[in-house]
Amino acid sequence: MLDVVPAFTTVALHYRPEAFADDPAVVPFERLAARLEEILTRGVGRRPPPTRRMEIPVCYGGEHGPDLPQLARAHGLAADEVIALHCASPHVVHMLGFAPGHPYIAGLDKRLAMPRRATPRLKVAAGSVAVAGSQSTIYSLETPGGWNLIGRTPLRLFLPEQDPPCLLQPGDEVRFVAIPAKEFGPLREAAWQSAR
Amino acid sequence: MTIEVIKPGLLTTVQDLGRFGYQRFGVVAGGVMDERAHRLANIMVGNEADAATLEVTLQGPTLRFGVTALIAVCGAEFAARLDRTALPYGRPVLVRAGAVLEFRGLGRGCRAYLAVRGGIGVPAVMASRSTYVRAALGGLEGRALQKGDKLPITPHAPGWFPALDAALRKSDAPCASVRWSAGDSAAGAATRPVRVIAGPQWELFSQETRALFVGTSFRISVNSDRMGYRLSGATIKPRRAVEMISEAVAFGTVQVPPDGNPIILMADRQTSGGYPKIAQVAAVDLPRLAQTRPLEPVRFTLATLGEAQRAYLAREAEFALLRESVDLRRRT
Repeated sequence: MLDVVPAFTTVALHYRPEAFADDPAVVPFERLAARLEEILTRGVGRRPPPTRRMEIPVCYGGEHGPDLPQLARAHGLAADEVIALHCASPHVVHMLGFAPGHPYIAGLDKRLAMPRRATPRLKVAAGSVAVAGSQSTIYSLETPGGWNLIGRTPLRLFLPEQDPPCLLQPGDEVRFVAIPAKEFGPLREAAWQSAR
Repeated sequence: MTIEVIKPGLLTTVQDLGRFGYQRFGVVAGGVMDERAHRLANIMVGNEADAATLEVTLQGPTLRFGVTALIAVCGAEFAARLDRTALPYGRPVLVRAGAVLEFRGLGRGCRAYLAVRGGIGVPAVMASRSTYVRAALGGLEGRALQKGDKLPITPHAPGWFPALDAALRKSDAPCASVRWSAGDSAAGAATRPVRVIAGPQWELFSQETRALFVGTSFRISVNSDRMGYRLSGATIKPRRAVEMISEAVAFGTVQVPPDGNPIILMADRQTSGGYPKIAQVAAVDLPRLAQTRPLEPVRFTLATLGEAQRAYLAREAEFALLRESVDLRRRT
């Protein structure tokens, strides 16, 4: 078995067929499926993941959140009200994907729901906090991206030198905490120091 | 104990079989594009299948061997030279310290693999030596090779292939090799259709669209890379627009974005995707796809999962046989 990859509603198994080829009459996929069926029928113990409460400092708006004014306008809210709503909701990480350590975070206040931008940006800075549909995310690397950018965290999301190599994991409860712009620089410096 | 990069080539990276165990964290699996050529090259020098090789793309590098090394080059058919001699392809070659390997014109194929006995000794990151350039991960400093780079390799220990050691000692040629080879290494995908299995969302497409998908000779777009091959030639759209929930994708997953031009996800694919997956390329045919260049045609033919996996297992048996036969020849 190479990899087990949970998503929102599915779990994918990546495997090498030769590892399930002990019976030449049975196709490896059938072999593996039968074994999984057997295990699942027997029942697997429920292991509730340990609940971690993670606080994510975010510098909202300005250069870090260029889409904040537009999001506020679309909902007839003041920018401060958007920030207050985003910080007040309990959020939960559902899965990691798209890029290393990149979380899909559920729990966005319904009053902030917003479709993706019609044209994705070619470059979104690492740490950018964004919303689309009914979810939030934090860009872990500088990548292209089509979500609405409302702020930026100074924290590092992808930590290749650690195991597991990411700040957030599925099941984590996330609370966003607004920080003033002047705190962003020093916090970022501290968080990214170990990456060098 | 190094190979020095004199000219880096277009895109030369260190790759192994991929970075597995971390896709759940969104870490891209990566690894070689053409697993077959990579494994053949490793077999020729007695390496394990996951020893790191150099993946050479379209325009090859020029490399100087700081030490004597047993190497093999498989895959795309470059005219390669070692000093003034032509490099014999698809077979073990014992290269003398100081010799310069120059990849020149490219014949068939897209990517060649250079294996060195003992593997390319860059440090493993998350259990793999594969280079993932977008996240600057693995390989040599997480990037493609540059002029002046020095790739660590283990010094050649004589004895594994005694006849080659003796031949190099007796001559003053830049290398010693053998008359036999691994055989054909880079048959183009254009010659035969690539086998695909119906994907998880196959049923979302009408009978006509499915027939179009299988019947069209697509062209690989120039906007194709290690992450994905974009295809043009027919617009493939589901019966109605669908809202998909993101789920895992794999090497060879064929997904269809809203514009209707299919994308085949390749080695550096993302870990998950939200577009309908019309098909999955049979793993055994991925190497032919990896050797197909931008602007070359590609056609699909439908196979069952059983057929695809049997073909894959038959190839595994061929690898095992080849390994045994190399083992037999090097001893005698």
